[in-house]
Amino acid sequence: MQTMDKPQDAVASPAEAAAAPVAPVEAERVAHDTVGDVTAKNVVICVREANVYYGDTHALINVSLDIGRNEVIALIGPSGCGKSTFLRCLNRMNDTIESARVTGDFRLDGQDMYARDTDVVMLRARVGMVFQKPNPFPKSIYENVAYGARLHGLAANRAELDDIVYGSLERAGLVDEVKNRLDDPGTGLSGGQQQRLCIARTIAVNPEVILMDEPCSALDPIATARIEDLIDELSEKYAIAIVTHSMQQAARVSNRTAYFHLGRIIEVGPTDRIFTNPAHKLTEDYVTGRFG
Amino acid sequence: MRLPTLLLILAAMLIAAYFLGRQRALSLARPAGGIRSLHSLPKYYGYYAALGALLPGVALLLMWAAFSDSLITARVVQSLPDTLRNQPEAQLGLTLNDIRNLAAGQMFDETRSAEFAVAADLYNSLREASRKILSGLVIALSFGGFALAWFQLRPQFRARNRVESAVRFMLILASLLAIVTTIGILLSVSFEALRFFRQVPVSEFLFGLSWSPQTAIRADQVGSSGAFGAVPLFVGTLLISGIALLVAVPIGLMIAIYLSEYARPALRRIVKPVLEVLAGIPTVVYGYFAALTVAPMIRLAGQQLGLDVASEAALGAGLVMGIMIIPFVSSLSDDAINAVPQAMRDGSFALGATRSETIKRVVLPAALPGIVGGVLLAASRAIGETMIVVMAAGLSANLSFNPLESVTTVTVQIVTLLVGDQEFDSPKTLAAFALGLMLFIVTLILNIVALQVVRRYREQYE
Repeated sequence: MQTMDKPQDAVASPAEAAAAPVAPVEAERVAHDTVGDVTAKNVVICVREANVYYGDTHALINVSLDIGRNEVIALIGPSGCGKSTFLRCLNRMNDTIESARVTGDFRLDGQDMYARDTDVVMLRARVGMVFQKPNPFPKSIYENVAYGARLHGLAANRAELDDIVYGSLERAGLVDEVKNRLDDPGTGLSGGQQQRLCIARTIAVNPEVILMDEPCSALDPIATARIEDLIDELSEKYAIAIVTHSMQQAARVSNRTAYFHLGRIIEVGPTDRIFTNPAHKLTEDYVTGRFG
Repeated sequence: MRLPTLLLILAAMLIAAYFLGRQRALSLARPAGGIRSLHSLPKYYGYYAALGALLPGVALLLMWAAFSDSLITARVVQSLPDTLRNQPEAQLGLTLNDIRNLAAGQMFDETRSAEFAVAADLYNSLREASRKILSGLVIALSFGGFALAWFQLRPQFRARNRVESAVRFMLILASLLAIVTTIGILLSVSFEALRFFRQVPVSEFLFGLSWSPQTAIRADQVGSSGAFGAVPLFVGTLLISGIALLVAVPIGLMIAIYLSEYARPALRRIVKPVLEVLAGIPTVVYGYFAALTVAPMIRLAGQQLGLDVASEAALGAGLVMGIMIIPFVSSLSDDAINAVPQAMRDGSFALGATRSETIKRVVLPAALPGIVGGVLLAASRAIGETMIVVMAAGLSANLSFNPLESVTTVTVQIVTLLVGDQEFDSPKTLAAFALGLMLFIVTLILNIVALQVVRRYREQYE
């Protein structure tokens, strides 16, 4: 019998890992094949036993994880391990993929995200997303930020809309760079500015959670540093889940880290513990750079 | 030797030259250490030898075709007696025509004098001699070219580079051919149009409000003074094309949106080719449909509503033409919508936009230049379309914007002006060329605008 705190055999394949018996500590709230505590204080998103299939491919297997308010959780792991798939489940972006099938219990503030009567439009307004490649609309900078606010009728008149746009640009740390050229196309900005524009666009809708799918992978180090600072500031107001391939980035910006491997969460824990004292052999191999 | 025989011999020499050249490369390579000592693969030496055999002969053939007839004709004219030779130019042309026909044995006119028979015999013998000389020269040149190529072949000879530059030259020639043809068409229409404008002022043609091209052939004919104001024709063209676009643009756009954003891939794979079949239906068949089915339907519907509908109403031709150009709009718009990156849609969805909001606010604006390009292409197609309007639109040039009246179009008038026996120096016939020139210019401008718009579109996201 292995217990939660002891690492499993390093050579155990994921299939064996799944079959290996695990001590039923708080069975209700803890996934049976994840090391560490998947729960969080002040939960905003709670996921239990999530499975995702793309056609015949089982992309996400029995994943359970909580995301708390004001926390930044980093999702790390090798390519194809399911971290982006998991992220896209949290605002139902997988709905746009025809072959994808999602099962499990997803709750946002206790409400079932995948219930029949859930309005996916409202869900996405509350759980915003920033993508890997900056994708500003081919519209002006102003219109890019105003887009979501217009959709959801957040502003009653032009003055309120102006406030939302300026406020969002300010919080995204972009306002000084663009305030004199709000009518220029958003696609004319630099890559890092475009990504901050996309963040401004997301926070203009006033979400509770912001999902970030490798937001810095297309950016240079200076632009990356600015985004990381921004994530730090935003975490005072929003819960942030960030997928990243950079372990330094995960270590710099996050409070908690979840390590994904072949569709499972292998280990979850406070970031400093994951990087200094990982409990699972797979996690240790990954964070010390032995593979991945 | 007849031309086909000569061409067959040339082809045989070509193939022989290829194999001989290749063989020579191989035998040159053997003492030097095999194929690897050659600069190029053996087949390129074969190609080079074949090109050597082909190009000089073909060049001579083309030159001969261009100049031999005028040389022969000059000789025949010289042999003619003074009475015939010193005729005015037009008359001389007719005489030569008679001689040629006589030589071909197509005309036997008892009244022609013996001088004609002599000239015809001379013409025939000259042509026969010309053919013999040509055959001999072509074969000799081909041999010479081949021999020249053969003696150039060395292991270090850059045969591949030579062959490739010859191929590049042929490709350039092929693309020049299309451009030269366009220019040729434009010039041939322009010259006739200029002759027309010498008789009818440009201003009257461009701004005149009445079109009635029947001119008096004899002085005693009445009521046919001729009026060449093209405005009613262009208004009619505009009206019918406008109706066509009113049909095609909304329907085509909706089809494109459905296919690219809503339809399942399996359905899309079936529907898209079927739609493109619409563009492949011969326009004559559309013409039947317009004249026999749609026009009577519109007339009937109009009568029930108490409207006075002409049986050749612009509406019928316009509707059917609109159906014809739907595929242009739908296919090009579909391509433009598909070219909008998925990241744009994802970005919009992630902000809580519905599918329809995403299409209206992000996808369509981003695809707009491509869609406009498609619409302009469809418009130039509609303006130049002939068969449907010939069959379903009217002949009388009414200056009217009422779709229930009968109007005529530029293309219909060109057809009616040129059908049947024509005299090529009356403004009535020449007017057809002026109309054609105008039409050419209008569609050319539309096409250039469309291409520009589409080009700008390519710079959208990068």
